[in-house]
Amino acid sequence: MIAVSILNRLIMAAVTLFGVAVIVFVLLRVVPGDPIAMMIAPGASPADIAALRAKYGLDLSLTAQFGVWIEAVLIGDFGTSISLRRDVLELLLSRLPATLELAFAALIVAMLIGGTVAVIGTLFRRTSLEPAIDTTNGVLLAVPDFVWALALVLMLGVFIPVFPLSGRIDPTLSIDFVTPFYLLESLVRFRFDVFFDVAAHIVMPVLALALPLATVITRILKETLLEAMVQDYVLLARLKGMSETRLVLQEALRNAVGPALSLTGVQFTFLVGGTVIVERIFAYPGIGNMAIDAVINRDLPLIQGLVLVFGSIFIVINLAVDLLAAALNPRLCHG
Amino acid sequence: MTENLLTVANLSAVSDREDGVPVLRDVDLTLRPGEVRGLVGESGAGKSTIAKAILGILPRTVRITGGRIDFKGRDLLVMKPRDLRNIMGSEIALIPQDPQTALNPARRIGFQLADGLRLKRGMSAKIAEARALQLLADVQIRDPDRIMKSYPHQLSGGMRQRVLIAAAFAVDPQLVVADEPTTALDVTVQKEILRLIRRMQEAHGTGVLFVTHDLGIVAQICDSVTLLYAGKVIEEGPVRDVLETPQHNYTKALIAAGPRYDRPDAGLEPVPEAVFRELRQEIGID
Amino acid sequence: MAEPVIVIAPATKPPRVPSQLRGLLAEQKVLFGGGFILLLVVIATLAPLIAPKDPLEQDLMLGSLPPAWLDGAEPGYYLGTDDLGRDILSRLIYGSRIALLVAFASASLAALIGTVLGLLAGWYGGWTDRIISRIVDIWMAFPPVLLSILLVAVFGSGVHSVIAAIVIIDWTRFCRVVRAETLAQAQLDYITAARTVGFPRFRILTREIFPNIVPVLIALVSLEMGIAVVVEAILSFVGLSVSSDTPTWGGMIAQGRQLIHHAWWLLVAPLIALFATVLAFNQLGGGLRRALDPVLKR
Repeated sequence: MIAVSILNRLIMAAVTLFGVAVIVFVLLRVVPGDPIAMMIAPGASPADIAALRAKYGLDLSLTAQFGVWIEAVLIGDFGTSISLRRDVLELLLSRLPATLELAFAALIVAMLIGGTVAVIGTLFRRTSLEPAIDTTNGVLLAVPDFVWALALVLMLGVFIPVFPLSGRIDPTLSIDFVTPFYLLESLVRFRFDVFFDVAAHIVMPVLALALPLATVITRILKETLLEAMVQDYVLLARLKGMSETRLVLQEALRNAVGPALSLTGVQFTFLVGGTVIVERIFAYPGIGNMAIDAVINRDLPLIQGLVLVFGSIFIVINLAVDLLAAALNPRLCHG
Repeated sequence: MTENLLTVANLSAVSDREDGVPVLRDVDLTLRPGEVRGLVGESGAGKSTIAKAILGILPRTVRITGGRIDFKGRDLLVMKPRDLRNIMGSEIALIPQDPQTALNPARRIGFQLADGLRLKRGMSAKIAEARALQLLADVQIRDPDRIMKSYPHQLSGGMRQRVLIAAAFAVDPQLVVADEPTTALDVTVQKEILRLIRRMQEAHGTGVLFVTHDLGIVAQICDSVTLLYAGKVIEEGPVRDVLETPQHNYTKALIAAGPRYDRPDAGLEPVPEAVFRELRQEIGID
Repeated sequence: MAEPVIVIAPATKPPRVPSQLRGLLAEQKVLFGGGFILLLVVIATLAPLIAPKDPLEQDLMLGSLPPAWLDGAEPGYYLGTDDLGRDILSRLIYGSRIALLVAFASASLAALIGTVLGLLAGWYGGWTDRIISRIVDIWMAFPPVLLSILLVAVFGSGVHSVIAAIVIIDWTRFCRVVRAETLAQAQLDYITAARTVGFPRFRILTREIFPNIVPVLIALVSLEMGIAVVVEAILSFVGLSVSSDTPTWGGMIAQGRQLIHHAWWLLVAPLIALFATVLAFNQLGGGLRRALDPVLKR
């Protein structure tokens, strides 16, 4: 049963990914601007232009181009970036880790903040603290990552300048990274000077991405926690003399976390999408920032690669959410 | 009076939700150590309110307006929260109504059984587990090892109720409040569960307040009975007396209405409207 | 950006009585949110009368003036000037025009497309549903911000492209919710009754089901307007919306981000305008959902 449904989901994911590929491909062939026009030197002969077109496969028919392209994509050949003149796969691999580090750090921070506020709200239910939490959270729910990012720039970058405003690391620091995961690697190698610098750079983009998600988690988790707290098993546990904190953390949380977790998964895709603009605001060298440049430069091969990567991340997240939900529910894995 | 385990005296309460409608009217009730007392009435008669008042878990909409609930000579209604917490789940335990919702779906049975032992008896995890295993055997669960590691959804309703009975008697309480523990179960399972409660109660010498709407169940398991209508005690006494020589017309009508505990073929006559009119007049409603 | 959580009310509502204005106004969120939006509409409409200065008029002698309450301010420039000496308050007022135009146009168009497809998918089921739902899934696999930038790059920049991009991306929000609501409504007894009587299917859809979805739809449109305002700001920020002369909040924000160490107020003013507008649309949407929903209201 479970194997079948996993297989089913995998097939659906593949179909979706193929759909994404087709749409990206078609969309970019109807772009009015000619990408070749941007790269030719002034005074190039028609023969030179034709050679360039042939080099990037732009002289073939649409279907033929798609065939060539999809075949190449399947073996990991995304072509050469027109604006950066480098292999697209190589570019993606060099930039993706920075974005992944950012996104996962934001996810963890969001769950910590959202979970903590929800638990505090539940512990202080029916006190004057509860409406304060609810109202604040309700207002903050409306704040998108774009606004958070700029508000953080003002608050923590300008008015009280505690964190650097842009980049991923102070370029004067001397360290040769073996992996592209700066945060993790500096920690594992006990280079705390580097770790704190990388961490300081990532704080604001992480918060900008995490806070919108945290408010959503707080709202849904608090709701399910309050629901669980009036169940009979909580009543019995209370009669057994469990403290209120333990009631919330041990009895209610485990049953309440399911809906919050699957919602978090869905919202995580939005968080990943948000990296595009947040990376731009903080000049953070991830694939999101690169994507905006690619679009402005009409760099077709790079755009295709980027959208496929984003699409794959989205699809993988959705898949992971489904599997996680199944694994966490004792009913499904022992049924 | 000191020999009583539980004495409820002149207990009155109103519902704030329905503009101060009385839900309990001067209720008196006693329970001796080792006695099983049935608390009977239709839904809304106030039997659950009494049970909840004893356990200190009344909903916020119900307000107690007078009376006392003495447990071993101390009034639970005026006791400090800390003392109450020490008594609840230790000297007073609950067998809940619906075994579906009374076990935490996300935790294994073994841990849930051991909770009370660890929190109230200060046992180590290991000792508590051994004791829990013994308890499961006591409530006639075969293969207790497997059940300990199971999640609630893997058990039938009857099994879950056995687990909850084991959990209630685990801490050796002096009073067990059983809140309609068989209503959610199949009729066939009901009988076994009733017998089990009676056996556990006798083995531990526990006083049981048995809340039910079924006089047949009272006949099977209880020593004494208190009958409620609209929050007022209508009749009270040893089961045999009340069932064989009922004083009140309402009691008579109820006995006639239910399948007879002694003659299963008779009964099933509805309670006449006149009896209700008489009741309402007596209590002073309308 | 984070997707607003839309909790769909349990589908137990009977055919609803026409709405109650009194209940609407009793809802504080509707009052505050709606009031602010109304004010904004008035400001945008009367911009030429209200704005103290010409938003395009440059005066390099008066560049980067701080707001009126800070040292070095010049009388008449209440919120200061940008680096080219243009009056910030006036630009803010004119910027609300683009913001509201994009909000109303894109939200209503997205609602139209999404609702039609959602109704069809939910009511007719089968292949109609399968195809529409698959398209929605594929759509959802694109990061919205990236897709909008991509689309504007394809269409060329400008207000119409921005509106088109938002519609193309966000019709799925409406489609998903309307489909789910339609499915829920179709289960209810009054629909069964209508079918038993023999009403044509299409007529049941338009006369019985659609009116019951309207409350959710109105709330959703309001939320979508908030999203559209942000997307427009993001596209202006990246430089893909209207030409950089036309005052937009996003453009002002981009300018402010560049000159952040030089003149922070350039960023503060449009950011607060953007935040207040998004909040107002959100509160209005949330309040409307409560006020119009007979089940939630009780």
